[in-house]
Amino acid sequence: MSEEKDLNTTFPHLSRRGFFKGSAALLGGALMSQLPFETNAYARYGADDTIKVALIGCGGRGTGAAIQALSTQGKVKLVAMADAFRDRLDESFTAISTKFPDKSRFDVSEKNKFVGFDAYKKAIPLADVVILATPPGFRPIHFEEAVNAGKHIFMEKPVATDAPGVRKVLAAAEIAKKKNLNVVVGLQRRYQNAYLETIKRINDGSIGDITSAQAYWHNAGVWVRPRKPEQTEMEYQMRNWYYFNWLCGDHILEQHIHNIDVVNWVKDGYPVSAQGMGGRQVRNGKDHGEIYDHHYVEFTYADGTIFNSQCRHQPGTMNRVEEVFVGTKGRATLSGDGKGIVTDLKGGSIYNHRSKNDPDPYQTEHDKLFAAIRSGNVINNAEYGAKSTMTAILGRNATYSGQVIKWDDALNTQLSIMPEKFAWDAPTPTKPDANGNYPIPTPGVTRVI
Amino acid sequence: MNLHKVITSGAVTVFFLVAAGFTNKQSPANSTIPSFQEDKFEAYRETIPGTKITFELVPVKGGEFMMGSPATEAKRKPDEGPQHKIKIEPFWMGKYEVTWDEFEIFVYKEIEKQSMNASSMAATGPSDAVSRPSPPYLDMTFGMGKSGFPAINMTQFGALTYCKWLTAKTGHFYRLPTEAEWEYACRAGSTTAYSFGDDPAGLEEYGWNFNNSNAGTKKVGSKKPNAWGLYDMHGNVAEWTLDQYDPNFYAQFAKTTATNPWLKPTKLYAHSLRGGSWDDDPDALRSAARQFSKPVWKQRDPQIPKSQWWFTDASFVGFRVVRPVKQPSAEEIAKYWSEPIKDYGS
Repeated sequence: MSEEKDLNTTFPHLSRRGFFKGSAALLGGALMSQLPFETNAYARYGADDTIKVALIGCGGRGTGAAIQALSTQGKVKLVAMADAFRDRLDESFTAISTKFPDKSRFDVSEKNKFVGFDAYKKAIPLADVVILATPPGFRPIHFEEAVNAGKHIFMEKPVATDAPGVRKVLAAAEIAKKKNLNVVVGLQRRYQNAYLETIKRINDGSIGDITSAQAYWHNAGVWVRPRKPEQTEMEYQMRNWYYFNWLCGDHILEQHIHNIDVVNWVKDGYPVSAQGMGGRQVRNGKDHGEIYDHHYVEFTYADGTIFNSQCRHQPGTMNRVEEVFVGTKGRATLSGDGKGIVTDLKGGSIYNHRSKNDPDPYQTEHDKLFAAIRSGNVINNAEYGAKSTMTAILGRNATYSGQVIKWDDALNTQLSIMPEKFAWDAPTPTKPDANGNYPIPTPGVTRVI
Repeated sequence: MNLHKVITSGAVTVFFLVAAGFTNKQSPANSTIPSFQEDKFEAYRETIPGTKITFELVPVKGGEFMMGSPATEAKRKPDEGPQHKIKIEPFWMGKYEVTWDEFEIFVYKEIEKQSMNASSMAATGPSDAVSRPSPPYLDMTFGMGKSGFPAINMTQFGALTYCKWLTAKTGHFYRLPTEAEWEYACRAGSTTAYSFGDDPAGLEEYGWNFNNSNAGTKKVGSKKPNAWGLYDMHGNVAEWTLDQYDPNFYAQFAKTTATNPWLKPTKLYAHSLRGGSWDDDPDALRSAARQFSKPVWKQRDPQIPKSQWWFTDASFVGFRVVRPVKQPSAEEIAKYWSEPIKDYGS
C-alpha cells in the first residue's frame, strides 16, 4: 500500500475534503511555488537527514511522546527540553537517557535545558519538530509560537481550555496549512486500527443512518498532588494542574475528549448546541480544586442527532470507556482497548475487530508524523483537534451553567479563563477562600459565555 | 515500603505486628489469632478483616510430581522440559482466581473505608502499611465484568503487593504460587496434558479459552474444578506465579529432586504465568504450558515511566494466592516482597 493510499485510508474525512487529491508531490510543489514562506517540509528532510526534536512539557506524557518520536524510522534526535519545573525536566531526562543512552538519538546538553514559563520560546527555535505536552491551558500560545517559527508539531489533546484559546489554535492552524507544516494531535483513536476498521464499516452503511450516539469515560480519576507550604498559589496550581480549569479544562475535556472526538469523527461534524448537568459528589476536598467529578451532556448535531455523553471520576463505580453508535440497521461499539463490534439490531454479528496484533496507536501517531515530514505529505489534525476541544468545552459550559449553550455563542465568547500574566507570584484565575476551598461552578449562577 | 520500614513506623506498626502474629517470632499456632487453628489443614474461608468480602482456600498436600511435559506431549514447547521430579511442601491455594471484589478493596482506599464497619475502622483504620496501586489509567475491567469476575491487567508487582496487603490485613502469609507449586496444584495428581486428560475437547467442561469464551473473562468457578477442588486452573485468566521466566530453568533439576524451586525475579521482564486464558488457544491451557510477560502488554500506557501496577493490554492476566502451611518469620516473609522496578518503556 502506498503512503498516499495509506493516508487516505487513515483520514477518510480529510480525503473527502480534498486534502489529498492528486499526488502529494504535485500538491506540495504547486503550493510551495506560490507561498512566501521559506519553510518547505517537502524539500528539507531526505531519508538520511536528522530531524531535530524539542520536548515542551516534560511530564509522563511528554516523556512518553518523546520516546515514541525517537522510536520512529530514520535519523531523529531530541536536542532540547523545556518545562516549568526543573525537577520534572530532570526526571524526564533520566527516563529518556535510560531508554536512549546513545547520543545519536538523545543529546540534550545543559544549555539546551530550559526552565520556567518562557522556556518554550528558547527550545522551539532549536528543533525541526516540537512536541507540545504541557498542561493544555498553555497549548494555544505554544502552538502559535511553533507555527510562527515554521516547525512541525506533535501536540497532545486537548489543545486549549477556553474558547479564546480554541480560536487562537484555529487561526494558527490556518497558517500551518499555508506553510505545509505537519500537525499531529494526540487523539490516538484516529490512528488505531480498531477504530479505522470499524468506522470504515459504519461509513459503508453497515448500521444504516446513525440516529444516536453514546460515549462514556467512567473510571476512578487521577492523581492528586498535595500543597506544600513553600509553594505560591501559582506553583501549587501548576503542580496540581488537573484540578484547575485554566490548566486542565475539567475531565470532560482532558480525558473525555477522546470519546467526544470519535463521535465528531463519525458524524463528520460538530454539535450545534448542548445542555446537561454535572457536579462534585466525591471529589469535594481542598485538594480537588474546582473541577467536577461527573458530567452528563446532551449534544445536538445540525441534523438533529442526539449524542449523550457521560463522564465520571468516582472510585468504586462502574468503569466504562466506550463509544456507541445506534443506526437504523444496527449498532457499533468501540473502545480504546481495541474493541470494534458491529451488529445488526438483533445482535447478529456484522464485524468484530480482533486487535491482538494491532500496532500501538501512540507509536503510530509519531510514525505517521515523521514519515509525512520525510516524504513531503502533509498531515494537519489541528482543526479537528481544536473543534473537538471546543465540543468538550461546550459540554462543560452546559453543565457549569445549567443552560442550553449554542456552539457559535460558546466559540465566539470573549470570556477567557486564563491568567493575565504567567509568573510564580502572579495571581491565578481562581483563588482559595480562607478555608482553602475554591469557588465551585454552580448551575444557574456561573457565567460561561 | 518494605517490612523494615513498617516496623519503624509507629502506630501502624502495632496493627501490623499484632494482626500478622509476628510478635516474638511466634509461629501462628502459638499466636493470638483467634480466627484460625493451625492444626486443621483443611479448606477454610478467609474474610478480609472489616469487610464482608471473603475468599476460599483449598488445602494442597505436599508431595512429589513430575514437572514439565514429556517429549511426546502434543503441542509441547521446548521450555516445558526436561521433565523432572520436584518436591512440594503443603500449602493452601485460592479455590478461585482473585476477583475484582477482593482486589478493588486493595486498589481503592475509599472502597476499603466504605466497606469497613465502624468498629473495625476504629480498631485499625484502613491499612496504610502497604502502598496501593495508582488509580488505573484505563478501565481495567475492559468492560468484561466486575463482581465475581477475575481481576485482570495487574503487573506481577501489583499482584504480589496485593498479597503483601492481604498478609498485613489477615495475619496469614499469602503470596503468589511458585511455578512449581502452580503446576503441582493444577495437575492434582494427573500426568496428562490437562488435569482431566489429553483431549482438549474436555475444556468445554473445565476451561474458558478462545473457542468458548466469546472474547472475555467469565465469572470464576463457572466450570468444573480439578481433582483437588481448584477452579479455572485451565483458562479464564493466565495466572501470575512468583517466578522470573527462564526457558532453561528446568535443566539444572534434571538429575536432582529439588524442593520448592523458585527463580526469584530480579528483572522487569519476563515473569512467568500459568494456565492460559480466555484469549488463548487450547494448547496454551495445558498443565505444563508456560507463558511470560511482554513489554507490549503495556503498549497503550502513554506515560513514562510506565505504571508499575498496571498493564494496559493484558486483559487476560490475573492471579490466585497461596498460603504455605509453614508460616515463615517476618524476616523470611520480607524476602518475598519485591521493590518496584522503574519501567522506562521497552
